Amino acid sequence: MAEGMTWTVEDGDRLTQAEIYGDVLSQLGEKYTDIIAMTADLAKSTKIGRFEKKFPDRFINVGIAENSMFGIAAGLALAGLRPVVSTFAVFTSLRSAEQVRTDICYQNLNVKIIATHAGISFGQAGTTHHCTEDIAVMRSFANMTVIVPADGIETGNAVVASMEWPGPVYIRIGRGFEPPAYKNKDYGFEIGKAVKMRDGTDLTIIACGVGVLQAMRAAEVLEKQGLSVRVINMHTVKPIDRDVIIEAVKETRRIITVEEHNIVGGLGSAVAEVIIESGKACAFKKLGIPDIYAIVGYPEDLYHYYKIDADGIAEAASELMGKEIEEDEDWEDET
Amino acid sequence: MPLGDEEIKELHKKSWQIRKMIVEITFTAGGGHIGGSLSQTDVLVALYYKYLNIDPKRPDWKDRDRMILSKGHGGLGWAAILGDKGYFDREQLKDFNKTGSPFGMHLDRLKVPGCDASTGSLGHGLAIGVGLALGAKKMGKSWRTYVMMGDGELCEGSVWEASIIAAHHGLDNLTGLVDRNKLMIDGPTEDITTLEPIEEKFNIFGWETIRIDGHDFAQIGDAIEKAQETKGKPTVIICDTIKGKGVDFMENEFRWHYGGLDSDLRDKALESIDRYYSGILA
Ligand SMILES: Cc1ncc(C[n+]2csc(CCOP(=O)(O)OP(=O)(O)O)c2C)c(N)n1
Ligand SMILES: [Mg+2]
Repeated sequence: MAEGMTWTVEDGDRLTQAEIYGDVLSQLGEKYTDIIAMTADLAKSTKIGRFEKKFPDRFINVGIAENSMFGIAAGLALAGLRPVVSTFAVFTSLRSAEQVRTDICYQNLNVKIIATHAGISFGQAGTTHHCTEDIAVMRSFANMTVIVPADGIETGNAVVASMEWPGPVYIRIGRGFEPPAYKNKDYGFEIGKAVKMRDGTDLTIIACGVGVLQAMRAAEVLEKQGLSVRVINMHTVKPIDRDVIIEAVKETRRIITVEEHNIVGGLGSAVAEVIIESGKACAFKKLGIPDIYAIVGYPEDLYHYYKIDADGIAEAASELMGKEIEEDEDWEDET
Repeated sequence: MPLGDEEIKELHKKSWQIRKMIVEITFTAGGGHIGGSLSQTDVLVALYYKYLNIDPKRPDWKDRDRMILSKGHGGLGWAAILGDKGYFDREQLKDFNKTGSPFGMHLDRLKVPGCDASTGSLGHGLAIGVGLALGAKKMGKSWRTYVMMGDGELCEGSVWEASIIAAHHGLDNLTGLVDRNKLMIDGPTEDITTLEPIEEKFNIFGWETIRIDGHDFAQIGDAIEKAQETKGKPTVIICDTIKGKGVDFMENEFRWHYGGLDSDLRDKALESIDRYYSGILA
């Protein structure tokens, strides 16, 4: 975290990720006088409007024009300002993908993006507002850093840390009032360094976003069944913490990933890449949205439906425990 | 032919019923895009109950007129009309937005009969409409395509790309409708990004433009007919409307873009609608 930079919010556990982010950004506005906040007719929904209240002259609402907004952010960064841009994840990562990639990432500009309503957190809105592709898209852009905070407290930490992190950063948050995974903010958040939430030796669950709390709950259930479960909060999906993954392969040999994202291209894929390159055998399962467009519904219902809640994770864990892994080099019996 | 007094009265009665359905769905769904659903209602009612060449029994009929709600968040109000027309069992609207329901806030073509394109991301509908209209021309078909946009939606550059292309291809089988309620989410359009003069903009882009009171059925009817008669270019009807129309405490209030109603507020809203219609139908 930035040296000497602290932030406070009252009633942190009653605020949404977006509300905490809006408040923290407003506090950062004092220290970083070059911050210029932007949105596209979503000041209220994304809570970047809280910054507007405090610094009306350092706020630009472009209207409903996301593509131009990201281009303008690039221009403002080139001019020497520090744009912090917020709209829904789906518009950021899909509609404006090329502006984010070519205008911001390619030119390696200092633009911080806080994308809200990600995953299926806006479940009732339907597919046009779901976003289960953004981690995949954003991590494929060179120069981009991708952070998926577990809760509001971690969102505050991520926003603060991003200020001192070079280049473009994509911070992905939800919409809802999911219960917090952390009780206080002083757990040593660092971009690129995963947090070991609990240790275990039989199985590792690597999660990001709302999956972290669910993984913790699943681990408690599994512990009662006699399993020792490690839980990793991989809040930074890019650059990913390779050491933590390799250590988990070595020490637990079984890994489950949990994310509110398509199982194609997101956290699970990022973890799988590291495992494969390690050359070590590992029983592995990705949990997420199974390469379909999610149904309509309340987020909690959908997490259950797609088995990325505690029940679903525990079920997958039991299955994975029964899976054999080859630790020898003999592939003859496979063919 | 201009609408007769009796026809206009019937359309008002229909709007009355649809507006009350909108309030009910907003209540049961636990919230909804009610402001824009109420502003678009009269124009959609005129289309669905008078002008569109459609058959709710055959939602896939190849020669039907096409309707795209590019301001997809008006899906709640649109669903009320589609349900009333018999595209599906109206009872299903009780589950609007509930888990597993076919109805998200934004309607899905693959789940809702009568919905000709899945929308919700603003700025997409006009291009899809250009494709449908161009397709009709290429195939020698006579059906028409209607695309309703929000006024805030006009901020999106893609709207203007599509309008240049529509004019270039002389798509006189395409009618654009702008629900000019003067509000987007964060406030009045003209405070956030100036949109006026809207007619001049479309004119310069090669469109025929008509500006009307979007709650006046005589004007709505005339405009739709004029658009049907215009040859060689697309027509856009800028409909001046009131966000939240019919519910006094919602009218012109941008905070009612999206909102929830408890039973108290629902009753107040329904009473307000009844008052409004007993006034104009007296
Ligand atoms: C591309 C895109 N950006 C942002 C949104 C979020 N959004 C939903 S409705 C809305 C305001 C729309 O205003 P307007 O077009 O004027 O519609 P109306 O007033 O009729 O509700 C916004 C910004 C969206 N649906 N799509
Ligand atoms: Mg509007």
